[in-house]
Amino acid sequence: MRCPILPSRLVGEGGRAHGSCLRQARGQAPLGRMRGAPAWHRHRSGQHPSTVLALRANPPSPTRGEGRAARVAAPLAILLLSLLFLVLPALSARAAMSIQEVTSSKGITAWLVEDYSVPLVAIRFVFDGGATQDPAGKEGLANLMSGLFDEGAGNLDSEAFQIKLDDVGAEMSFEAARDGTYGSMRMLAEQRDAAFDLLRLAVTEPRFDQAPIDRIRAQVLSGIIANELDPDTLAQRKWLEALYGTHRYARPEEGTRQSIATITPDDLIAFHRANFARDGLHVAVVGAIDAETLKKKLDMVFGGLPQHQALSPVADIDPKLNQQLEVNYDQPQISLQLAYPGVKRSAPDFFAAVLMNEILGGSAFTSRLFDEVREKRGLAYSVSSDLVDHQHANALAISTETRADRAAETLAVVREVVKRMAQEGPTEAELAATKKYLIGAYAINNLNSSGAIAATLLELQLDKLGIDYMQRRAALINAVTLDQVKAAAKKLLSAEPAIMIVGPKHGEAKEE
Amino acid sequence: MTSQAEWLRGTLLALALVMTGRVLAENGPDDGKVTNFLLDNGMEVVVIPDHRAPIVTHMVWYKIGSADEPPGKSGIAHFFEHLMFKATTNHAAGAFDRAVSAIGGSNNAFTSYDYTAFYETVVPQALEQMMDFEADRMRNLILNDNVIATERDVILEERRSRIDSSPQAVLGEEVDATLWQNQPYRIPVIGWMQEMEKLNRADAKAFYDKYYTPNNAVLVVAGDVDPEVVKALAERTYGKIARGPDLPPRIRPVEPEQNTRRTVTLTDARVSVPNFSTQWVVPSYHTAKPGEAEALDLLAEILGGGNRSRLHQQLVVKQGIAAEAGAFFQGTMLDATNFTVYGAPRGDAKLADVQAAVEVEVARIAKDGVTSGELEKAKDRYVRSMIFARDKQDSMANIYGATLATGGSVRDVEEWPGRIRKVTADEVRDVAARYLNLDHSTSGYLLPQTQARN
Repeated sequence: MRCPILPSRLVGEGGRAHGSCLRQARGQAPLGRMRGAPAWHRHRSGQHPSTVLALRANPPSPTRGEGRAARVAAPLAILLLSLLFLVLPALSARAAMSIQEVTSSKGITAWLVEDYSVPLVAIRFVFDGGATQDPAGKEGLANLMSGLFDEGAGNLDSEAFQIKLDDVGAEMSFEAARDGTYGSMRMLAEQRDAAFDLLRLAVTEPRFDQAPIDRIRAQVLSGIIANELDPDTLAQRKWLEALYGTHRYARPEEGTRQSIATITPDDLIAFHRANFARDGLHVAVVGAIDAETLKKKLDMVFGGLPQHQALSPVADIDPKLNQQLEVNYDQPQISLQLAYPGVKRSAPDFFAAVLMNEILGGSAFTSRLFDEVREKRGLAYSVSSDLVDHQHANALAISTETRADRAAETLAVVREVVKRMAQEGPTEAELAATKKYLIGAYAINNLNSSGAIAATLLELQLDKLGIDYMQRRAALINAVTLDQVKAAAKKLLSAEPAIMIVGPKHGEAKEE
Repeated sequence: MTSQAEWLRGTLLALALVMTGRVLAENGPDDGKVTNFLLDNGMEVVVIPDHRAPIVTHMVWYKIGSADEPPGKSGIAHFFEHLMFKATTNHAAGAFDRAVSAIGGSNNAFTSYDYTAFYETVVPQALEQMMDFEADRMRNLILNDNVIATERDVILEERRSRIDSSPQAVLGEEVDATLWQNQPYRIPVIGWMQEMEKLNRADAKAFYDKYYTPNNAVLVVAGDVDPEVVKALAERTYGKIARGPDLPPRIRPVEPEQNTRRTVTLTDARVSVPNFSTQWVVPSYHTAKPGEAEALDLLAEILGGGNRSRLHQQLVVKQGIAAEAGAFFQGTMLDATNFTVYGAPRGDAKLADVQAAVEVEVARIAKDGVTSGELEKAKDRYVRSMIFARDKQDSMANIYGATLATGGSVRDVEEWPGRIRKVTADEVRDVAARYLNLDHSTSGYLLPQTQARN
């Protein structure tokens, strides 16, 4: 069963994200079976087997590591136009630059796209840190905290806060990811003052009352227990431990039965103080608000936070490859995960790797893996490769699910496709087509709603790509040569991968 | 509460003014103003201008879904959706995908009980090319045995991935087959395995020739386009296709009266927290008497739509016995549909405690109804969701496409917020009392193996 309120659902079927669904992100078993809403896609776009999710940045944000969502920007002219429309009408092409950088009098910076065509404002922000900052033995702290921001703040208890939030017609959500704690709010322009007031309360004065702590903790615990016998969850745990060893990335973000039981209000208060500070804050805003008003709102919402974060350092880690894991369960399919080395966002060969990954198994229906595994042989419904881009680790991950008796064949096909890419690289024609795709796809995939634009602007800031990045991006992609892509293919795909096999024990899937 | 409602109404009016009064060059005067018309061959067209970004979502909805399949051929609608991506007499296999990808577009398709839709999101300059491809595959697909066999393997893997690997999905399928005794919604969209395995070229050809015609399709174009231009392009592309034979009205078997309480139970070694759902057969927007479906939407919202709902407040917050509890209603369906409540226990609570508490709330709302405060807040949320939906052009395209493919009209969508506003507390109580009879319901239980032994 899926969440009864899917993002893609239609009005009249309840098109809003609500608490019950948001809680799924904290490990709740989704309930309620959808019918009627689009159910059977040709390809599970945007969805990936859970074991891959474990490797992916969380929450899924549209631009973090361009290759990962593997969807990226428009030809320059189109991009300029799109920003022109999104910003202010009737400005010259220079207006395309007007993602505005807004700095408040207290020194809080946000990127803003002003747009009045729909009467709403979307804000998205992140504090550096995230689940990696959970103290040892308190795993799940960031995740639990993220569930408590709409559970009482300032002089409003949980009930009063939620009633007020509903009254002002705003939607607020927080999520703890590995490397940051994200918050977002979508509000009606006419009631933005009241909405920002509530956001200030949530961000600066969360109450962490015992009753909501115990309730949300019990929900998280229920989710942890619900997954304890699920082979995919067990496999995911094993996979992370195998790849990351004792590194913090190996720890379950939702925590364990034992760890979440130890969390006290004081832990939450201390964690909030250490993480929610202005020097680790990044903000993006889209919608019906001007720069001067936003400056005041930034000071109002975030100005009361301490200046400096107190984060514990997190080491970079290379995932351990060249190993094979199996989790056996008698089910109709075998799922295969392969991890190869990845590429840092700041690396000079980043776009060479992005282009290579897109040709290998990216999101378009034209990739080599899609063609060989699915189109030619009908071995799987879903097969893809993704560049995983965390702050402290990178990988290229391939995943597919196939019927158990053809798993050996599928693995052999995947490895042959990888080998050929490593040895020969792509063709000139593939590269040219993929450049066009990546350039064109940026606006379509990353700028198609206020929330998506805000998420994109935020990730650009996190990746330190500069406010003019969207204008430079097409040239960066076009500058990549075939030899550079071949070199990236050789570099990433020549390694012996980590492989995980989940499904019935047959043995024949083990080697080519 | 009332002032809130007044305020939202005011906003909607203001929105209408803003949209019709806009004179700025880049934001066309037509933003949000929906146009619809028929081509000579019977194809319906809906245009939803949204000039904020140079992007257009192009969708073709066929009024054919799994509930229209011939007996014994379950899964053919979805299988056919996959086959639509194969070669045509004019284009090699993969040419359409490559054309979309070459301009950075995205494309996909989906199948449901009542419709099958294909879509591309591209820059407006590529709209005519997309229409050309889409019109081409409406009639010129090449179906050979080789293509059929390989793609059938793909849908079998899809079934294994989505259903057979998931105890929750296996249970859900069989709850549906129990809730629906006669109506075709009892059959899963993806199909039953043993029937999918036998789907063949003759089935596909017959299905294609019968249903893939312009007079059975709705074109929805949302985005940075001018309705007049869309009309000209549609006439140049889709307009050239001959009208197909008239299709008979979509009259399907309907449910007999339900006189029993039915249960379906699955125990599975992978489950450690049990859950349940209870469903009722209720009218959809298409089959309901005026106002009934709107009342059911509000009932679902007040009873179990989110964290302000009764089920969440009572079971999760106040009693602390549930990890989750809620309700939903699937209104956009051609035939009678389902209303569902669900829950899962937390801590020491038992599943039976959760189910009993859910049933108390269902009985209470059917007897005592809802407060005017609850009702106004629920209405605000629905009306607000329409404003938020306008922020994403494909949400708007989906709303119109699904409505038109299930017997509704453009006007139905436009008037929906007003109809929601008109629902009274008595009407909400009445639909609860009329339809949520526990003695005539269908429940599904997902249980751990240990619990089953108790």
